[in-house]
Amino acid sequence: MAEKQIAGKTIEVTDDGFMVKHEQWDREVAAAIAAEEGIELTDDHWKVLEFIDKDFKEKGAVPGIRRMNKVGGISTKELYTLFPDGPVKKAAKIAGYPKPASCV
Amino acid sequence: MTENEKIRKVSVIVSKGTLDGVYPGLIMANGARMEGIEASLFFTFFGLHAVVKKKMDKLKVATVGNPAMCVPTPMGMSMPTWMGALPGMSAFATSMMKKEMEKLDIPPVSEFVEMIHDAGGSLYACKATVDMFKLKMQDFCPQVDKVLTVGEFYELSAGAEIIFT
Repeated sequence: MAEKQIAGKTIEVTDDGFMVKHEQWDREVAAAIAAEEGIELTDDHWKVLEFIDKDFKEKGAVPGIRRMNKVGGISTKELYTLFPDGPVKKAAKIAGYPKPASCV
Repeated sequence: MTENEKIRKVSVIVSKGTLDGVYPGLIMANGARMEGIEASLFFTFFGLHAVVKKKMDKLKVATVGNPAMCVPTPMGMSMPTWMGALPGMSAFATSMMKKEMEKLDIPPVSEFVEMIHDAGGSLYACKATVDMFKLKMQDFCPQVDKVLTVGEFYELSAGAEIIFT
C-alpha cells in the first residue's frame, strides 16, 4: 500500500497503482491516471468508465468484457481500441476501482 | 527468459474436442489478450471442433473414463466410472457445467471465439487434421484466420510461450 500524488491530491493506491478508496476519486484523478497509461479520455472512454461505476455500485465487482458487451452495450473491439493492451484492467484502474478479480 | 521478464506472446494449442477440453485454452488465450499479451490459438485433432460452425456450440463434457466426475456437485461424492456411460449422463453434465459457466459470465464457445478474435487474437486450424477430417474453409467459423502446417505454426510462434491443452 502506498500514497501517491495524483492530480494534486494524495491518493491511496495499491502497489500496482489501483485506488484503494473510491471516495478519493474524481474526474481529474481519472484523467491523470489515464494519462499515466498513455490514454487521453474522450466521451467514448467516459461511457465505459460510467458503466463500470454504475455496475460496481450495483454488483460490487468490476464487470468483465462480456458484461460490458451485453449490459453496457460496448463491443469488444471498442474496448480494445479505447483501452489497448488490457481493457478491463486499465478501465478499472482509471475508474478508481480495484484490480478485476475475474478470469474472463 | 529471466524471472521478471513479462510474457509478451503466447501460442495456445487446443487438442481436445470436449467442452472441458476446449475451455481452458480459450480462457488462457482470452486472458492473455486481457493482459495485453499477444495470443494465437491453434486448433488440432478434435480440438478443431471448437471452430467448426456446426460443432462448436454442441461440445460435451466427457463422462466416460473420467474418474474425477462427482455427484451431485463437482466436489461431491465420486461417481462410479461405469455410470458415466449411462444414457444422458454426458448431456446432463454438460448442461450443469454450461449453467455454472453462464453464472460466471463465461460465454458459449462461438461467442468466446468471437470475443478472442475481436480482442486481436489469431485463430488457426491444423492442416493435418483439416485434411484428415476433410474440412473446407467454409466449415469453419469466420474468425478462423488460416489453415497452418505445423512448420508455419512454429514460425508464427517465434518468441512465444507455447501452451498445449
